[in-house]
Amino acid sequence: MTAVADVLGALERVRDPELDQSLVELGFVAGVEADREPVRVRLRLPTYFCAPNFAFLMAADARAAVEALPGVESVQIELEDHFTAGEINAAVGCGAGFVDAFPDHASDELDELRTLFRRKALMARQGRLCASLAADAIAALRLGELAGADADRCRELRAELGIDSGPDAPAFVTAQGAALRAADVPRFLRLARLISTSLEGNAGLCRSLLKTRYEGEVAA
Amino acid sequence: MYEKDGRKYFVVDGHTHFWDARPENRNKWGEGFIACFYDYHRNLSPEEYVWDKDKYDRYSEEDMVHDLFEIGYVDKAIMQPTYLKEFFPGGFNTTEQDAAMAANHPGKFIVNGSFDPRAGEAGLDELRELHETYDLKGVKLYTAEWRGESRGWTLADDAAQPYFELCLELGIKNIHVHKGPTIWPLNRDAFDVADVDHAASAFPDLNFIVEHIGLPRLEDFCWIATQEPNVYGGFAVAMPFIHTRPKYFAQMIGECLYWIGEDRILFASDYAIWQPKWLVEMFVDFQIPEDMQSELGTISDDQKAKFLGLNAAQLYDIEVPAEMQVSTEEEEIAIGSEPVSAA
Repeated sequence: MTAVADVLGALERVRDPELDQSLVELGFVAGVEADREPVRVRLRLPTYFCAPNFAFLMAADARAAVEALPGVESVQIELEDHFTAGEINAAVGCGAGFVDAFPDHASDELDELRTLFRRKALMARQGRLCASLAADAIAALRLGELAGADADRCRELRAELGIDSGPDAPAFVTAQGAALRAADVPRFLRLARLISTSLEGNAGLCRSLLKTRYEGEVAA
Repeated sequence: MYEKDGRKYFVVDGHTHFWDARPENRNKWGEGFIACFYDYHRNLSPEEYVWDKDKYDRYSEEDMVHDLFEIGYVDKAIMQPTYLKEFFPGGFNTTEQDAAMAANHPGKFIVNGSFDPRAGEAGLDELRELHETYDLKGVKLYTAEWRGESRGWTLADDAAQPYFELCLELGIKNIHVHKGPTIWPLNRDAFDVADVDHAASAFPDLNFIVEHIGLPRLEDFCWIATQEPNVYGGFAVAMPFIHTRPKYFAQMIGECLYWIGEDRILFASDYAIWQPKWLVEMFVDFQIPEDMQSELGTISDDQKAKFLGLNAAQLYDIEVPAEMQVSTEEEEIAIGSEPVSAA
């Protein structure tokens, strides 16, 4: 039998691709039942009208993460109180894609959207990493010279994006993965800060709307 | 007009609604929509300004006039229609509904229209008629509006171009753009404002006001606004953070001042989601927190005056009493405004 804690541990590693934060941290996991198969995971979002594409990615990623746990045979994801809950739950339930879920409204799967938001997240993560470094040193640094959780988070995301994340690679890259030139550092820092302001601001609003929406109810 | 410490501020509320979300005028989507609006309202308002849900569904004309003009310091309010007929069969907040109420209060409201390019040729005729009836100076576009099977449109669509041409011809020069959670195709980011960039380049003589400063895509908005001199930022939805999360508000307005400058940002309450009284009072008292000033600078009283009303007055040719004007000898250029290649 699988422990609830293991399921939550798996969900901890699933991020809202738009906000670059964990579903568990955000409070989007409403409940987990792991005492029998299928393992049930209930998800909830800050509004009834949250964008269906990101909602789908979270539901599908949650399913994949829990299914990968040893001993888990089947997983049922139940997105709740959302205007496309029916479409998303049905598609994710049988491992179908986004186009299957929305045949009339989608022209493709969500890979491009995911990549776009990974690039934004990389800028924001690099911006946080830069905060403790001298601006004139940034362009010359190698990734191997950086340690700590923020640096690891950048490495992880670069690997996911197919950007060189080895120790000799430049420590900081543009959203497209090109090495940062010294002349572009001030602009880069400004842009990174803008993007992280945006992401963190959105995440803050999502948390507080979720709290308002489900006042009194406690997340898993 | 709002007066503080001997200074008078002319106030234009750039984004207001007179909506009908009563149960008899909504389906399940409409119910979800107004519930979401209500959560925004009660989440971000000071407690004493939170209404009960029944009043929120349908407030009265008297409420609106009282909240905006009697206690809210607003000199002129711009009504932005949002039709949403797929959610609210009689219309959530149409041009006609707005105009009927505005007619009772001469000189107080500016009534904007709307169009939907998916209506094709017939829609162009409707826009002409709307303009003839209401003498429009602006339109509000909601790209996430559902229409039959369609879940939205973009300003870059071929079908939208004749509408902008018609706006130009009719002198409807202010195009307010509001993004929502759906779009066609649904796999794209519905909040992306790249289509505004496209339209603003193609129609340099129209003004494009991106509502909610592009939230949740502040970065995309700032980016396109640096490229296009005719792109503006409306602060509806961004304003109330001044109360709940003043640091975030400071970041947003600081970034806007940096990237696009003091002449292209506009105050709005998004009434009745929030009320102008407390927003105006808090804004005039607001300053970028000291520990953020080295990065974001400060905001001056002249900049506040432009933001609260003078910038919108320019766009809508509203007469402003001389004592509330700001001398504009030194033109401030936004530091971020030189075009550079994308990151």
